[in-house]
Amino acid sequence: MNRTARRKFTSGLVVALCGAAVVLALVPLFFVFAYVISKGFSSLNWDFFTKAPKPVGEAGGGMANAMIGTLILIGIASAVAVPVGVIAGVYLSEYGKKKFATLVRFTADVLNGVPSIVIGIFAYGLAVLPVKHFSALAGGLALGFMMIPIITRTTEELLNLVPGSLREGALALGATRARAAFSVMVPAALPGIMTGILVALARIAGETAPLLFTAFNNRFFTTRLDQPISSLPVQIYTYAVAPYEDWHRQAWAGALVLVAFVFTFSVLARVVTRRLERMHRT
Amino acid sequence: MSDTLEVSVETPVEPRSPAIAPGRGERSEVSPAAGRTLRMESRRLNFSYGPKQALWDISLQIPEKTVTAFIGPSGCGKSTYLRCLNRMNDIIPDTRVEGEVLLDGRDIYATGMDVVDLRRRVGMVFQKSNPFPKSIADNVAYGLKINGLGSRSEIPDRVEQALRRSALWEEVKDRLDTSAMGLSGGQQQRLCIARALAVEPEVLLMDEPCSALDPIATTKVEELIYELKRDYTIVIVTHNMQQAARVSELTAFFMLGRLVEHDRTEKIFTNPGQKITEDYITGRFG
Repeated sequence: MNRTARRKFTSGLVVALCGAAVVLALVPLFFVFAYVISKGFSSLNWDFFTKAPKPVGEAGGGMANAMIGTLILIGIASAVAVPVGVIAGVYLSEYGKKKFATLVRFTADVLNGVPSIVIGIFAYGLAVLPVKHFSALAGGLALGFMMIPIITRTTEELLNLVPGSLREGALALGATRARAAFSVMVPAALPGIMTGILVALARIAGETAPLLFTAFNNRFFTTRLDQPISSLPVQIYTYAVAPYEDWHRQAWAGALVLVAFVFTFSVLARVVTRRLERMHRT
Repeated sequence: MSDTLEVSVETPVEPRSPAIAPGRGERSEVSPAAGRTLRMESRRLNFSYGPKQALWDISLQIPEKTVTAFIGPSGCGKSTYLRCLNRMNDIIPDTRVEGEVLLDGRDIYATGMDVVDLRRRVGMVFQKSNPFPKSIADNVAYGLKINGLGSRSEIPDRVEQALRRSALWEEVKDRLDTSAMGLSGGQQQRLCIARALAVEPEVLLMDEPCSALDPIATTKVEELIYELKRDYTIVIVTHNMQQAARVSELTAFFMLGRLVEHDRTEKIFTNPGQKITEDYITGRFG
């Protein structure tokens, strides 16, 4: 009797601790959201979404250039990282029993842990120094380098979850190894791979450090890839450290928009996954 | 009785047990396939997974347009042997094959043999149905597409044909575009058969195709096998003795990686040539 009571108590305690940990994990998130919304929402207006910054000292203007810039940078990053990451992931999963694959896997994990500022320096050396000016391309490249290991590893992990019997089925019908991988295995893992890509996007959308000396910043509206381009994180940083009250308010508004961006990606990841999975089931 | 006991205790443990040793004229009689056109044949086939030899000197003839059943206890090598016939074992690393497997007189392990073409000609249905997570029509069309068989406009016809031949058409004709994952287990297995038939193989290998199916679905697949043997050469691995007796004309009994006996099914089941075969089919071990 006594023992049962003690076991019940222990069990209850563990459950309570789990609950407490969950609350602790969610509290910072909640406060971040609440704070950003309370500070930023009042500064949102139509101009903020449609106008480029006004000259220094003039009030008003917006961050439209930075929003477009962020989208462009993310686009370049995806164009670089999605094909490379997915194909590398397929390699690891399909042919990954060899020594070289172990090396690739290790490299991807290390790359994933490299501080983003270092990635920025690398992209600077690669795409800024040779042409002697900052560009959207260099910024997108830096972000792409950050996405590659994430996409590679998720793709590999999700492909490993696809039953090998599907591969055998394809091979038994006369498919080549590569054909089986890309026409059966990848489509079967697609919902998860899409999630991986969107999670990687959400992760890099808010990166500032790799953009500081690659995409740099631009106070004007541009869509040219060979010119410096503005992005939300860099713009927020620039405004936040500046001495103008109006810029501070705009920085908060920018932060709110950035959080909304990332949030949208996460929700999108969920929706897409669910949609694709349903297609697979029935 | 004491005799039986000795066999059942000894054989599974000792690989070179005298119970299956030659001596009693291993295939001394005329091959059961004699007088028929051969589709496939193995000559002294040896196979090993790394250091572990799984098949020993298997010589077996598979005549065309018949059903040949492989029976034997688990781990006896019948599935391994089946997978040698379309080189599915190639994808398992560290395996070794010796001897010959002939398809229409040509050694499929010879250099210059196109494995992709071989697998088109020797189709396979697996133990666990493995439909692709695609639509029903796309599943059947898959083999056609990757092998470049049939123009775009012919594919729907061929899909229908294959589904009719696997007796699935009536059940799925109104939902060809829905996911194959929504079919029942028996339907999925017949879909896999349709998928294999679509590329018009010469030989169809079936690795325990009914082991995951309920009795009704099993009956359907068996009826289908019976129908198919008019046009195809079928090799089926089964753990179900009755199934072997029902669907096959020839039966091969495997034991510990060796071919013990290969004969007409009715002979194997009524008057087996080896004592150990009799013990197995009457359920004294296995």
